[in-house]
Amino acid sequence: MWRFIGVRLLQAIPVILVVITVTFFLVRIAPGGPFDSEKAVTREVKAALEAQYKLNLPLFQQYTSYLNDVAHGNLGPSFKYPGRSVNELIAAGFPVTAELGLYAMLVALGIGGLAGIIAALKPNTAQDYIPMSAAMIGICMPSFLLGPLLVLVFGIHLDWLPVSGWGDIPGDKILPAITLGAAYAAYIARLGRAGMLEVLSQDYIRTARAKGLPEWQVVVKHSLRGGMIPVVAFLGPAFAGLLAGSFVVETIFQIPGLGRFFVQAAFNRDYTMILGTTVFVSVLIVLFNLLSDILAAWMNPRLRAQFSQH
Amino acid sequence: MNTQTISDISQAEQGTSLWKDAWLRLRKNHLAVFGLVLLVTFIIIALLTPWIAPYSYQAQDLELGASPPSAAHWLGTDIFGRDLMTQIMYGGRISLAVGFVATTVALLIGVTWGAIAGYVGGRTDAVMMRMVDILYALPFMIFIVLLTVVFGRNMLLLFLAIGAVEWLTMARIMRGQVQSLRQMEFVEAAISLGLSPATLIRRHLVPNALGPIIVYTTLTIPSVMLLEAFLSFLGLGVQPPQTSWGLLISYGAETMEEYPWLLIFPGVALTLTLFSLNFLGDGLRDALDVRGAKD
Repeated sequence: MWRFIGVRLLQAIPVILVVITVTFFLVRIAPGGPFDSEKAVTREVKAALEAQYKLNLPLFQQYTSYLNDVAHGNLGPSFKYPGRSVNELIAAGFPVTAELGLYAMLVALGIGGLAGIIAALKPNTAQDYIPMSAAMIGICMPSFLLGPLLVLVFGIHLDWLPVSGWGDIPGDKILPAITLGAAYAAYIARLGRAGMLEVLSQDYIRTARAKGLPEWQVVVKHSLRGGMIPVVAFLGPAFAGLLAGSFVVETIFQIPGLGRFFVQAAFNRDYTMILGTTVFVSVLIVLFNLLSDILAAWMNPRLRAQFSQH
Repeated sequence: MNTQTISDISQAEQGTSLWKDAWLRLRKNHLAVFGLVLLVTFIIIALLTPWIAPYSYQAQDLELGASPPSAAHWLGTDIFGRDLMTQIMYGGRISLAVGFVATTVALLIGVTWGAIAGYVGGRTDAVMMRMVDILYALPFMIFIVLLTVVFGRNMLLLFLAIGAVEWLTMARIMRGQVQSLRQMEFVEAAISLGLSPATLIRRHLVPNALGPIIVYTTLTIPSVMLLEAFLSFLGLGVQPPQTSWGLLISYGAETMEEYPWLLIFPGVALTLTLFSLNFLGDGLRDALDVRGAKD
């Protein structure tokens, strides 16, 4: 087990190296540079700017120098936020995004998990169709629609909850968490139902029922661990994605998180910001996919064989 | 000689029973049949749109402006006086195409990748799944910006690009299923009968993991359609006057208080499609699940 974790963490080094390399050269191939949009920049100023950010060096030298910086935990200065480093910007946005992501995941797991289990217990009845139809609507409803709709109903017409901000007024975290969590809840509900149905038709469940166990014990003790495996495979990347922030939700509710950086940086050709956020995401992906694989192995003894294979 | 006979027998049985049986059971599931009929209708409408659309999709009527549903315009018009029904029909062509093409790409790559990684295991599995991690982490936005800049606004490329990111979770789910299945007795039996890994994966592992795969496929189609809307919204996908359901919904969302029909009708079209897909998907899952079959 510990060996398995150690091996996976070692594998993270080549993963992150490849991600940095591909991204580094990908953004340089893309036409347009970070200082193209500033109109009044004379050639001399542009040259000075490029020298300051080492853009005048040969490409390969920029690459090795960047790798060296990253190895020391330094993601470099941002091009578009002068005077701020990428480390600072991520450090400022991450706590907000992480908190929002955590609430959204709680909403998603609570509502989605419950709906999936309830539906799987009585397939093809009203108890199945109602939560699954709600889940379908949740999937069809993009966050750029759900967000404004929730704001309109609960923020403006009913005036129950604040419509924007983060941590300023009590309750202003509720609507963004629901908006962000809804789609994930729908996924979890659908995947959970499928996984549970698979498990509930197994012989050992029939045995458990035959020996007279109460239904909640059959579900909680015997089916849940096996039935949630598809959900767990989905949770790794989903959680990593939540912690990287959502551009749409953060824009709607004016939340100072990480999500906007991804889109802004791509459009501004803010090289260091693109790379910095990418490195950050790759660390999240590696960690959460590892956690999700460990969780899956804990839930299904048949998967534990992979631990001894390495 | 023995192995030859055995695989002959298993092929003959598989080929006639699983899918034919499933089709018989699917036909009894009214909701699934309803979903199938509705989907086929939508696809036929999408194919025939240029001939059956009530108006030209560029025809504007600026004096009329946004009008609610009427006899002349069944679903109303947008702020430029364009017929909404025509726009939904043309938008459906793009949305359905994106949905099906990108999802098929994602399905094929994801299932194959996950099945091989899960079945072979060991070092191959580690390398394959770390490649999945890498693709998760690469900045998708940059990739799309680059593609649009280099190749122009090419729809087929957009479909492929979307398909290329959507297969990752499919691969993870498939791998988990296969890892769990390959420890089961029937797989051991199949291996000891001398089945080649490719046949084993195709005939035994994939059919047994179909439940979660079908469900994830029905989840991928809407997410692909909405991703297309997001990219179009950022100016990287479909551009006006061309349109898609996702774009119609995102414009409709901006004016949902003044002109609610501009949001409601495209939303209904998308929701109906997804509901039918969902019923069909669940029906297929039940029809293919031999263990759970009760009728």
